[in-house]
Amino acid sequence: MDEVLSVRGLSKRYGQGCPACYELTGPRFETNLCPRCGSVVAAHDVSFSLYQGEILGIMGESGSGKSTAVKCLYFDEPPSAGSAEFFDQGEAYQLFDLNKAQQRRLANQRFGMVYQNPHLGLNFDISAGGNIAERLLMSNVDNYAKIRQRAISLLSRTEVLAERMDEMPRNFSGGMQQRVQIAKALATNPPLLFLDEVTTGLDLSVQAAILDLILEIQQQSRTSMIVVTHDLGVIRLLADRTLVMKYGRVIESGLTDQILEDPQHAYTQRLVASAL
Amino acid sequence: MNEEHFGFLDEYAKKEVRRATLKAVAIPGYQVPYSSREMPMGRGFGTGGLQLTLALIGRGETLKVIDQGSDDSVNAVNLRSFIEMTCPGIHTTIRTEQADLIQSRHRIPEKPLREDQLLVLQVPYPDALVVVEASEDRRKLLHGEADYSRLLVKLYEDIVKFSEITISHRYPTRINGHYVIDPSPIPRWDVPKLHHSPALILLGAGREKKIYAVPPYTQAEPLAFEDVPFRVEDFSDEQGQRRSCVRCGCNSSFLDEYVDSATGEQVYRCSDSDWCNQQLEQQQGVDQAVEVANG
Repeated sequence: MDEVLSVRGLSKRYGQGCPACYELTGPRFETNLCPRCGSVVAAHDVSFSLYQGEILGIMGESGSGKSTAVKCLYFDEPPSAGSAEFFDQGEAYQLFDLNKAQQRRLANQRFGMVYQNPHLGLNFDISAGGNIAERLLMSNVDNYAKIRQRAISLLSRTEVLAERMDEMPRNFSGGMQQRVQIAKALATNPPLLFLDEVTTGLDLSVQAAILDLILEIQQQSRTSMIVVTHDLGVIRLLADRTLVMKYGRVIESGLTDQILEDPQHAYTQRLVASAL
Repeated sequence: MNEEHFGFLDEYAKKEVRRATLKAVAIPGYQVPYSSREMPMGRGFGTGGLQLTLALIGRGETLKVIDQGSDDSVNAVNLRSFIEMTCPGIHTTIRTEQADLIQSRHRIPEKPLREDQLLVLQVPYPDALVVVEASEDRRKLLHGEADYSRLLVKLYEDIVKFSEITISHRYPTRINGHYVIDPSPIPRWDVPKLHHSPALILLGAGREKKIYAVPPYTQAEPLAFEDVPFRVEDFSDEQGQRRSCVRCGCNSSFLDEYVDSATGEQVYRCSDSDWCNQQLEQQQGVDQAVEVANG
């Protein structure tokens, strides 16, 4: 299988930091606040590989650092340490060594991001179609009819009525906004998609439909995805492999079935038990 | 010493403007920040263009000042008399072809400019991206990476809503394949004149403290889509006939619409008054034109 992303020792620390930060935080101390300097160790030593067409789940409670890891990979925030290599079309990119312009180009054209809050992923001042057009225009498509066609096909794929494509996203329901966000993320056919709590806050039937859509995209386009969630149901349905995070550390990782059926770490056991 | 310094600005201020101008010419379309001086008139009344003119004009040179095509409207008259007052030894003209330097508000003369001429445009808002991005920091990044996708989205939304691009003036124009400029509030009609213009075109924004340039023979492409091209104003009437100037009969110039106060009728006249006069002269002979100009 082709590797798409290789992350090694990714760390993110907020605050001035001291040499003891990493040694005095984590699950063993039940905190991610350094007792010496007060820095927050949001994520430390996160390593994983992602293969083509695979969905990797990152699970954990709020504040466990799962979103931070993804934000670093999507260049929303710079990491404090670690490396990540992205393999695309025969080239390898050291993500954190690229300059800002190269990072933005990669994020715009080769990555897709779907946030929990549609306000982060969509521009609410322009129409749903315009949001998709923006991604296409960033990658130098400058034919109006082609942009229009592509937007219609993306929206129909994500089951948004094409008749509503010229409406403002604020007129849409939460589920619809999420679908538009997914359509926007898919606009450039990215090989790598980040999904940050995409179904949180939606009602169950809409959740199921969105999850179906994500699986369909994975199967049709062989898109690799990283799914961040605290919802065991989402992990069970989507993820092939899963990382469990707590206090900024990966405490367990492996095949999703294995983790859910035979959790090793006490925290994961409690998590699985409480959900059943 | 009570005597006014030539060109009103002190030599340091002129040097600053010239230095910014050189940089602007060297990087076509890039907005060069400069220390815009207080002028004895409100910012927004052409102080950017005025500082350029004062820094560039010399004794014996001929100046033309126009405001929306006219040499006689308030802004043009005020600026002209200020420059005449502070730059003794310069000449002024209303003839486009006689001018060495033309300062203009919101129009480019109809008569094609020459290599030895220089056009200074007054600019209220220098940054084309200001309509889509409020932060100047982020606008600079977008300019640096030539990322104008958000402007194009604006055009896209226009076509969705109105089936065409509805920007009437300040049409975003890409200079030399990279920077997109706000070409000042010139009508669309004038935008093609920027492309490969033989004359150097300088744009000055006094309030926003920016100078930028379209150097001679430089590419200037208005933003558009491959299949929805840029077009200039259409002056056809209901029958599809090109409207002509009611005064000189010219049917190839940019027209202003007036309501005839006597009859209440809509009439059209050349926006460029010098062009209109010269058309009349050609048709009616010099004597009559002088009469018209005086009358």
